Amino acid sequence: MNSNLFNKDLWKEIIESIRSNGFRTIITAFGVFWGIFILVLLLAASNGLKNGILRAFDGTATNTVFVWAQGISKSYKGLPKGRRYQFDVKDAEAIRRNIKGLETVSPRNRLGGYGAANSVQYKLNSGSYSVYGDYPEISTQQSLGIQAGRFMNYSDIESNRKVAIIGVGVKNELFTNGEDALSKYIKIQGVSFKVVGIYKKMGSGGGDAIEKQREIYIPFTTYDQAFNNGSKVGFFAITADDNHTITSLKEPILALLRERHNIHPEDKRAIGNFDLFEMFNNISGLFIALTGVAYFVGFLILISGIIGISNIMLIVIKERTKEIGVRRALGATPANIRSQVLIESLFLTIISGMAGVSFAAFLIAILNFILDKIDDPDMMFANPSVSLINIALALFILTICGLLAGLIPAQTAIKIKPIEALRNE
Amino acid sequence: MIEIKDLHKSYQMGSNSLHVLKGINFNVKKGELVSIMGSSGSGKSTLLNILGILDEADEGSYILDNTSIKNLSEKIAAEYRNKFLGFIFQSFNLINYKNAIDNVALPLYYQGVGRKERNDKALHYLEKVGLANWATHLPNELSGGQKQRVAIARALASDPKVLLADEPTGALDTKTSYEVMELIQNINDEGKTILLVTHEPDIAQMTKRIVDLKDGLIINDTRIEPVKAKAHV
Repeated sequence: MNSNLFNKDLWKEIIESIRSNGFRTIITAFGVFWGIFILVLLLAASNGLKNGILRAFDGTATNTVFVWAQGISKSYKGLPKGRRYQFDVKDAEAIRRNIKGLETVSPRNRLGGYGAANSVQYKLNSGSYSVYGDYPEISTQQSLGIQAGRFMNYSDIESNRKVAIIGVGVKNELFTNGEDALSKYIKIQGVSFKVVGIYKKMGSGGGDAIEKQREIYIPFTTYDQAFNNGSKVGFFAITADDNHTITSLKEPILALLRERHNIHPEDKRAIGNFDLFEMFNNISGLFIALTGVAYFVGFLILISGIIGISNIMLIVIKERTKEIGVRRALGATPANIRSQVLIESLFLTIISGMAGVSFAAFLIAILNFILDKIDDPDMMFANPSVSLINIALALFILTICGLLAGLIPAQTAIKIKPIEALRNE
Repeated sequence: MIEIKDLHKSYQMGSNSLHVLKGINFNVKKGELVSIMGSSGSGKSTLLNILGILDEADEGSYILDNTSIKNLSEKIAAEYRNKFLGFIFQSFNLINYKNAIDNVALPLYYQGVGRKERNDKALHYLEKVGLANWATHLPNELSGGQKQRVAIARALASDPKVLLADEPTGALDTKTSYEVMELIQNINDEGKTILLVTHEPDIAQMTKRIVDLKDGLIINDTRIEPVKAKAHV
């Protein structure tokens, strides 16, 4: 009956009594509005920062470990320490065969080693770029947004074709005056390669965003032949499938490689590795903490808003003592009065909260619009947003707070005796 | 309709006890129009509070329409007030942000009557007090007499057994007072039991029975031929 939340009359009562105190209601509601506004904005900002940082991993298979050969630091089986060794394509085969749960094992070579750049010429233009020898699978581990032409395939590998896929950075520097790069020949260390594709890497926020567009990919086998590499492998990029984490498979892989290259099982320095998954998780963990802080701070601000509502409801009830007395005299039960006060504060809280959420969303939308205009891959802030789950959580908090805000005033209200109505001023 | 036996009531005032009602015996039959008179401090307001189930006696019995009023919970008290009693106050006590018809409908709202029926009934009682045209006006757009008539319509809305009026003309000028009394007499003529507290002798003369209260006791209880208020209007 009267205690039914969906009773139209009850809502009419509540809206009437809120409207009778219009200005004060708005001032009070502002506290909650502001609290939830800050909360949502903080959440969005932490999310935006997270998106900005994690953009560096966009399109990259994060469940990946990179493995390379380093100097041996322990003598083993009569072999001295300080010995150099190199990985081989057969190691890739062995890893694939012996370690279960891997998605891709890509042997890779980089011309001149890590950090080296190589002179590349086209007609009179020249520049220094990183050159990789790769298998086609590398495109599942890195985001290579092919802009024109194609990426390498297995017939390139099998027939050692001298083809190259170049980054837009390379294209812009070598092919000036808007010249088309496809089917043109570039010279890498004096060897001619035909450009078959142009890529533009997605994501890659962070410092080397520009550098990542200045790379050249050629087939692994062609690399071996053209640069006299034999079947050596510079490093492996190994990705686990969705059911395994690479962190859990890393040790078996390293153990296998140690065995194959006669490395002491305790020699931790012989094989270099970089676990992208672990790093990714560390960064993700940081953002979980950041979101926690956002909730904490937002919640504290919200509480001060709630106290404001509670306060003003107390004042309103003091002012309406007579009215409540009259209502009681006319037959309102304490439960009627309590539910009216509770729902009134709940209503105030939720409406102002929704306004806060809406306003924050509006601001975030504007921010997103502006951020979209600034297409800077180095920007550490992208797509600030809040998930529906967070909004639902915020509304849940609001509901609880609204009820809490109404509790003390409601208890005060039901203590008013109907006798108050008869007392004449 | 109302049977009161040996009613006592005292208030604690700090360490002193103030004995306000010192054994009231008092019966009201259906259809009576009774005025309770007395100077301030005579206990008439306390009596009215007890009659209105707004306060409870310390001793004695109070039977309202064959229902004993004793040790009621707040909820039951509210229900009985709603069902048995209609209140008319000196300062009208209309809810200032509700228009006339919503004010009249309020007791029905607490009875759980549906909106449509509520508004129909409320309009009916507003018509009865001659204010049907003012149904959508807010209290501050009405004159004192009109406000009191809306309050009377509100008191009638739940069709109570007894109307309790606390100085219903206390805030009105003489002419308006008589108009309100005329309305009260008309309602009484239709058979409604009405009790009113007043300290104005001319108003008391318009009732059928005058009960004089002094120092917590009834000192006089006489039936009279009421003066018709209409003659003075």
